[in-house]
Amino acid sequence: MLKDEDRIFQNLYNDSGTDYESAKLRNDWSGTKEILDKGREWIINEVKSSELRGRGGAGFPTGLKWSFAPKEVGSRPHYLVINADESEPGTCKDRDILRFEPHKLIEGCLIASYAVNAHKCYIYIRGEYFNEGQKLQNAIDEAYNNNLIGKNALNSGWDLDIYIHYGAGAYICGEETALLESLEGKKGQPRLKPPFPALIGLYGCPTIINNVETVAAVPTILRRGAKWFSSLGRPKNTGTKIYCISGNVNNPCNVEEEMGVPLKELIETHAGGVVGGWDNLKAVIPGGSSMPMLPKEICDNMKMDFDACVENKTGLGTAGIVVINNDQDIIKCMARIARFYKHESCGQCTPCREGSGWMWRMLERMAAGEATPDEVDMLFDVTKQIEGHTICAFGEGSSWPVQGLIRHFKDEILERNKFDPVVKKNKNIPYLVDQHLLEKENA
Amino acid sequence: MSVKKIHKEQPETFEFSDKSMEAANRIVSNYPNGKQQSAVMALLYIAQRQNDNWIPLQAMKYIAKFLDMPYIKVYEVATFYSMYNLSPVGKYFFQVCTTTPCMLRGAYDLVKVCKNKISEKENVLSEDGKISWMEVECLGACVNAPMMQVNEDYYEDLNDKKLEEIIETIYQNKIPKPGSYSGRINAEPVNNRKTLLGNKNA
Repeated sequence: MLKDEDRIFQNLYNDSGTDYESAKLRNDWSGTKEILDKGREWIINEVKSSELRGRGGAGFPTGLKWSFAPKEVGSRPHYLVINADESEPGTCKDRDILRFEPHKLIEGCLIASYAVNAHKCYIYIRGEYFNEGQKLQNAIDEAYNNNLIGKNALNSGWDLDIYIHYGAGAYICGEETALLESLEGKKGQPRLKPPFPALIGLYGCPTIINNVETVAAVPTILRRGAKWFSSLGRPKNTGTKIYCISGNVNNPCNVEEEMGVPLKELIETHAGGVVGGWDNLKAVIPGGSSMPMLPKEICDNMKMDFDACVENKTGLGTAGIVVINNDQDIIKCMARIARFYKHESCGQCTPCREGSGWMWRMLERMAAGEATPDEVDMLFDVTKQIEGHTICAFGEGSSWPVQGLIRHFKDEILERNKFDPVVKKNKNIPYLVDQHLLEKENA
Repeated sequence: MSVKKIHKEQPETFEFSDKSMEAANRIVSNYPNGKQQSAVMALLYIAQRQNDNWIPLQAMKYIAKFLDMPYIKVYEVATFYSMYNLSPVGKYFFQVCTTTPCMLRGAYDLVKVCKNKISEKENVLSEDGKISWMEVECLGACVNAPMMQVNEDYYEDLNDKKLEEIIETIYQNKIPKPGSYSGRINAEPVNNRKTLLGNKNA
C-alpha cells in the first residue's frame, strides 16, 4: 500500500478543511513563486520527466501537451481550460478535488497557465456540481484576496484570471472540442481534429485543455520533484491516481493509490471486498463505463495502469472501477450502459446517433432472452460500424463496452437467447418470424 | 430525457429581475469583448432559477436580445442540454440517477418509491403540486450510490426507506439535510478506512 506521505490529495475525505489556511498546512502554495521563477522550460521539462499522463481518460503525456502551445504569444491570446465535466459513469474523483482540494487545483492552474502562456483560465464544471462549483468559487475568491492569482500573481509578474463556467448536463462536453464549443455558447458537438486545440481552440486561439486531477497533481510533483513522482508506479505509468470503486463492494470509496496497484488489492483492501466474497465476482469495468469489462479470471491478476489495461484489451480510462457480482444480470447492466450512450450521443455523426440506439434496443432484447443467436454477431457488427467512424472518441466509448461484453460473455448471451425465428409457434410475431420461410414450408 | 417538450401555456413577457440582471452582467464580464455568446448557458440557468425552475420561450428571446445573438442559437442550446427544463417542474425536482453503478446498488428501488409516493409517471407533479421526479443519467457520485439530486443538493447512500423519509419531510414543508444518508463522511470507505488515518485523527 502507498505510504500516506506519498499521497498527493491529503484532504480527499475532508478531514482538515478546505480554506486557504488549512490548505497551507498541507503545503499548498509553498514555494510556488520559486517554481514559477525557474521558468517555463524547466516546468515543462520537469513535468515531462515525471512522465505524468493525463488523468481524464486518454492518458496523453501532460508535459508533451503543454509543449504544443506556441512558445511566443502571437496576435491571439492563449487559454488554459480545465475539464471538470466529470460525467463518466463510475467516476467521481474530480468532484472530491473540486470540493476538498480546490487550492491544489488553483495552484496547478497558475503553474499550468504560466507554462503555456495563458492569462485566462476557464474551469468547465458540469452543471450538476453546483455546490462543488460554489466551493471552488470561494477558494478562487480567497486566492484573489491573497494575491495568489489575479494581477501580478504572487509578485511573479504573471497575471492570471480564473473563471468558472457551468455546463448543463451533457456528457459529450467532457470531450475537449465539444467542451470548447460549449464554452463558446453553442451546442456541445465535437469539432474535427486537426486543427488541434493547442493551435486553434477556444475562440480560435491556442488552448490547452487538462483534466482536474492532472492539473491538481502538478504543484506537488514540482515541489517534490519529478524523480519522486516517477519512482512510483512503473515507467510510462508513473505516479498516483485516485481510484473510484463503486458497485457491488462492501465499502465503495474513493482512494488514492500508486499506479499499477493490483485490482484485487484495491477491491479487497480499500473497498472491503466484493459483496459475497471474491468468488462471487462476475466482472469489473476498470475505467469508467466506456472501457470494456473484464471477467473474474483476468481480474485475479490484473494491475491497474494504462499499459496493463491495454494488454488486457481494455483501458484505465478515468479509473472508475465498477464491480459487478454474480447477483447481477450482466446483460442488463450492459443494456443500461448502452441506454446511457443512446441518451448522451450528441447526434452529430450518424453511426453513433443511430448505432447507440440500435445497441441499446438489441441488448434490452438480449437481456429479456428475446433475441436470436445470430443477433449476437450482428450486434458485434454494429459496434464495428460505429467504432472509428465518428468525429470524436464517443463512438469508441459507446461500442467498446459492448464488444467487451460479447468478447467475455458471449456464451451467456447465447444460452439465454435461443429464439428461433422459423419455429412455427412464433409466427404471430411478424417482425421476428421470417414469413418467407414459413410459406416455403407450407408449399 | 429531461422535459424537452415546450410548454403549451407560455407567459407573454419575460424580463430579468434586478438580482438576475446583476448576476447576468457579472457573468458576461467573464468573457472577452465580443464573445458574450459564451454566457448563454449561464443566463439560461439564471432565467430558469428566476422562473420557478423552467425556461419559457420569451426568456430565450430575451436572452438572445441581451447577448445580441440569433434566437435560434439560444433555442438550440436550451434544447440540447438536459438541465434546462422547458416545461414546469415541481418546486422540489427529484432527479434519480439510474445509470449502472447506481442501478447495481438498487436505484430502481428508489424509482419505485418515487412512483408510489410522488407520481406514477415521470415529470408529473405530485398531488399537492410540490414535487416532480425523473430518471437521469450519471450524476457523478458513483461511490455514494444510489443517489439523487433535489434541485441543487445531492442526497447520497439512499435506500427505499430513507427516500420515503425524505419525501415525507418535504411534504411537511421542511428541507431534509443533503449529503450521505449512511452516516459516512463524503467518499471514505465506511468503517474500513486504511489511508490518511493521521489526518483523520489529527
